[in-house]
Amino acid sequence: MLWCTRTYRSSGVILSTSLTPLLLAAPQGDGGFHAPTIGDFFPSAVLFAGTPFEVNRIMLVRFVAAIALVLIVTIAARRAKVVPGRFQAAVEYVLDFVRHQIAIEVLGEKLGKKYFPLLATIFCTVLFMNITGIVPFLNIAGTSVIGLPLVLALWVYGTYLWAGVKAHHGVGSFLKSSLLPPGVPWPLYILLAPIEFLQVFVLRPATLAIRLLANMVAGHLMLAICFVATQYFFFTSDGGMKLFGAGTLIAGFAFFLFEAFVAALQAYVFAILAAVYINLSVEEH
Amino acid sequence: MTTLTQYGAVMTAAGAEHSPLIPEWADIIWSLVVVVVIAVVFRKLALPKLQAVLDERAAKIEGGMAKAEQAQAAADEAKARQEELLAQARAEAARTREDAREEGKAIVAEHRVKATEEAARIAEAAQRQIEAERQAAAVSLRNDVGDLATQLASKIVGESLADSAVQSRVVDRFLDELEASQVSAGAEG
Repeated sequence: MLWCTRTYRSSGVILSTSLTPLLLAAPQGDGGFHAPTIGDFFPSAVLFAGTPFEVNRIMLVRFVAAIALVLIVTIAARRAKVVPGRFQAAVEYVLDFVRHQIAIEVLGEKLGKKYFPLLATIFCTVLFMNITGIVPFLNIAGTSVIGLPLVLALWVYGTYLWAGVKAHHGVGSFLKSSLLPPGVPWPLYILLAPIEFLQVFVLRPATLAIRLLANMVAGHLMLAICFVATQYFFFTSDGGMKLFGAGTLIAGFAFFLFEAFVAALQAYVFAILAAVYINLSVEEH
Repeated sequence: MTTLTQYGAVMTAAGAEHSPLIPEWADIIWSLVVVVVIAVVFRKLALPKLQAVLDERAAKIEGGMAKAEQAQAAADEAKARQEELLAQARAEAARTREDAREEGKAIVAEHRVKATEEAARIAEAAQRQIEAERQAAAVSLRNDVGDLATQLASKIVGESLADSAVQSRVVDRFLDELEASQVSAGAEG
């Protein structure tokens, strides 16, 4: 499922790169066609320009999403009753999903309970930061710039390394368990150990961060290109070209729905992989 | 191809200072702030409170189920007791009916015996009375016959048995008197 989504994404990016140059030929200027670029993800600063605390549009989007998430769970917790209302039931449904479908499903009853807070936080954060990509006026995912996916991936990274070292009572035995899987003839360790090392220490956190980033970047580009093209066809181009606008509008609507799905899917993927990585480093070989 | 390079140029121009994979400090710092805030709120506030509510709910449901089980047990017990009582009552009724039947039979039998005895007694009494009357009748008959024979003999002797005509007259008169006395006796009796 994961790989499938990613391939789809890359074909999406290819589509956008092969489509935009044709449209770029149109006269630039007001009402002209402005293809979305990677620059969309690096807007100019709003506050504290030039300092390490520079705030731009995407940071603001993240603040909005974070405040919304914090408000929702705080209100749900404050008003929590034994007999839940609709609002509380909805929040509990999401948390229950993480508890049972991710934490306990992957880690089992005991570890699942232990790591549930981490997984719930990660799932909700990624979900809210992703969904801003299709919220009107926000229009960009908080996870579409590397910082946030990287911070979350490093959190998971630290957690699973620490859990592995603790479960194996020491760095040495954790490394031995991770790098030298038993039941393999020893000469193969020359080949396996570097691969496993790369897996545990580089590829897992890197893929975790990049998968999320790439999905959100591609999603934004696709949505933006559809709506920008619609705008261009309807208001700038002449005659029969206007008809194309209808097609791009429908495509934009389809991508909007698809992005909603991807936002939830990627949150699920991120959380379940975090659980899987913790499980891999904790379990005895 | 020219358009592609053109587009590539636009891309690099826009992203010249920014690689999408290399984070900037501001990006990392604000991401960290956001994640830490959310994590603290989740771990310290929201999740414990919601967990407490979930536990309380579970406890209440378990309590309710235990109570329901108790109620069920009590109901079962009451039903068993009721059935037992019912069975007892039925047995009691059957026994009473049986007793009544027995008693009825006994009464009927007793009455029959009594009646038989009474009938026997009445029959015996009647027999005795008849016997007594018969004897009385025999005695009185014997007396009457003797008396009558004497009377007849004296009358026959008194009339001096001259001729057969007189003789027959005497006999006729005697028979008449006898008849008359019998009629009067009948009228008296």
